[in-house]
Amino acid sequence: MKKFETLTSQVVPLPIENIDTDQIIPARFLKATTREGFGDNLFRDWRFDSENQPKADFVLNNPTYSGKILVAGKNFGCGSSREHAAWAIQDYGFDVVISSFFADIFKGNALNNGVLPIQVSDEFLAKIFELVHQNPNTAIIVDLEKQTVMLTETGDQFEFEINPYKKSCLINGYDDIDFILNQKDLIESFETTRKW
Amino acid sequence: MSKTLVEKIWDAHVVKREEGFPDILYIDTHLIHEVTSPQAFDGLRKRGIPVFRPKQTVATADHNVPTLNQHLPIKEELSRYQVDMLTKNCAEFGIELYGLGHPYQGIVHVIGPELGITLPGKTMVCGDSHTSTHGAFGAIAFGIGTSQVEQVFATQCLLQSKPKTMKIEVNGTLQKGVGAKDIILYIIAQISAAGGTGYFIEYAGSAIRSLSMEARMTICNMSIEMGARGGLIAPDQITFDYVKGREFAPKGEDWDNALAYWKTLYSDEDAIFDKVLTFDAADIAPMITYGTNPGMGMGIAEHIPATSAQPESERPSYQKALDYMGFKDDSVVLGNRVDYVFIGSCTNSRIEDLREVASFVKGKQKAQDVEVWIVPGSKQVEKQAKEEGLDKIFEAAGFQLREPGCSACLGMNEDKIPAGKYCVSTSNRNFEGRQGPNARTMLVSPLTAAAAAVTGKITDVRELI
Repeated sequence: MKKFETLTSQVVPLPIENIDTDQIIPARFLKATTREGFGDNLFRDWRFDSENQPKADFVLNNPTYSGKILVAGKNFGCGSSREHAAWAIQDYGFDVVISSFFADIFKGNALNNGVLPIQVSDEFLAKIFELVHQNPNTAIIVDLEKQTVMLTETGDQFEFEINPYKKSCLINGYDDIDFILNQKDLIESFETTRKW
Repeated sequence: MSKTLVEKIWDAHVVKREEGFPDILYIDTHLIHEVTSPQAFDGLRKRGIPVFRPKQTVATADHNVPTLNQHLPIKEELSRYQVDMLTKNCAEFGIELYGLGHPYQGIVHVIGPELGITLPGKTMVCGDSHTSTHGAFGAIAFGIGTSQVEQVFATQCLLQSKPKTMKIEVNGTLQKGVGAKDIILYIIAQISAAGGTGYFIEYAGSAIRSLSMEARMTICNMSIEMGARGGLIAPDQITFDYVKGREFAPKGEDWDNALAYWKTLYSDEDAIFDKVLTFDAADIAPMITYGTNPGMGMGIAEHIPATSAQPESERPSYQKALDYMGFKDDSVVLGNRVDYVFIGSCTNSRIEDLREVASFVKGKQKAQDVEVWIVPGSKQVEKQAKEEGLDKIFEAAGFQLREPGCSACLGMNEDKIPAGKYCVSTSNRNFEGRQGPNARTMLVSPLTAAAAAVTGKITDVRELI
């Protein structure tokens, strides 16, 4: 897993609530057996029409907005557990997703792939949307070590929470499997105590 | 110290707990399917390690299989490749596979319970969010991503933070025509599609206790639709009677020992939940969804809530959902045209669902312009339905009985609802495009689906029974 420390980037705003993983990557694109290439179909049905032409009104097709940070409405990533959603977001080029609320499974999947989900307050989220609306070049600085996200234009800052273990995984580029594989002896001894 | 049921099962599976780290949680049973496993198998190959406990892993092909002519090779190339890949991976890593053509094949959350693989007190995971279904037996069961599938393959454990607990009590007696699906759609409508996030839910109360195992599975299945990590119900005599004698259930002395343990699986009377909600069963009408998340549900005769009644920041998303569905706020859906009826999915494809539909439609005909698909949850359900003659009833009514799989619940195979069409569906998600690009899904109970099939309209089934 690649390491994450800090990031300064413009943002792509998607002010819609309850964005489910079927929107992020529709089921018909889950037939691939590798992790690569899902970015092409990120937000497929919002991004392209039935003739596969880009929809001009969707933010990913709007050259005004770009960057490695996706900012979305609350309850982002609800629905299906498909990790393909996190792969699609990463493959497209996002390293950070900011929202005021994340669905559990998506949050875990993102973290397991080195994509940082940052939960901010409703007010801070509204501020980002407002500022980006006024100035699409607005940049955000994410500092994982300090657990802060800052709007460069105004200096507004938010301190976000992250599990300390997951934080160290991201900073060091470790994954959970590396960690648990070192505990094999404990697991085997636990198995001998199982009731049935 | 008194504990909730979730805490009892969780704590019994903690291999290691350390401050500042998630728990290392032991997983008793790992269910896998073709869509979320291939990249995890690849991960094992890259690391050069085997599946740690292949005997605690069970596989089936369900998400991406056709529901017609399953005896023939799968036509669609990518689907066939994915299903073949599962077969190869299971052979290479020594995992039991109930693939296409096997008498135990079916939707992963239908076959686990019917084979006696799902048992009280277990921890169970699967790369599928509806793994919460198995909680109906008093198990901790939840959906995971593919990196976690690889983690369980490698270690039979998961790193997991202990969830918060919520108790949802439903007390009293249900109205006629109202069932488990209506209960869960009602709860989700009350607390929203995000209302359970971060929690593990225990369903309790007299209305839940009186439900059959299959109805309990319907309830637990949709826990994820309010964002919950999982949902469970304390096991009782109904649970034990269901489990006893099933293929992989404990037998003889093992059964006696297991039963003695299972009887300790309940929340202590003074156990503290982080949140408690109580509902009255009598308040629940047959439910239907009108929007594009499962929280957008209402009693079938009600008006769609006004956009102006939503919090201001949420109005654009709310209006977007209604526009997608082709509905106006403050209107009714009762009497609206229906194009498709889908009866199936891990929520409602079990034998009791099929029996309920059959008993309603017996002697009736589907409306002319409606297409009706019934997709049984497993080969065993299909066999049972045929043995009971339900297939004849469906055939006479003009319903199409297909072969088992996830089918139009997620439209991964060719069972898709065309753009703009309305599908009254017993599945679990009404997301945009879930059943096919621009398809419009309305979630209901099997009985309400059967009523819509017969009248061709959104119908209050209470008026027909």
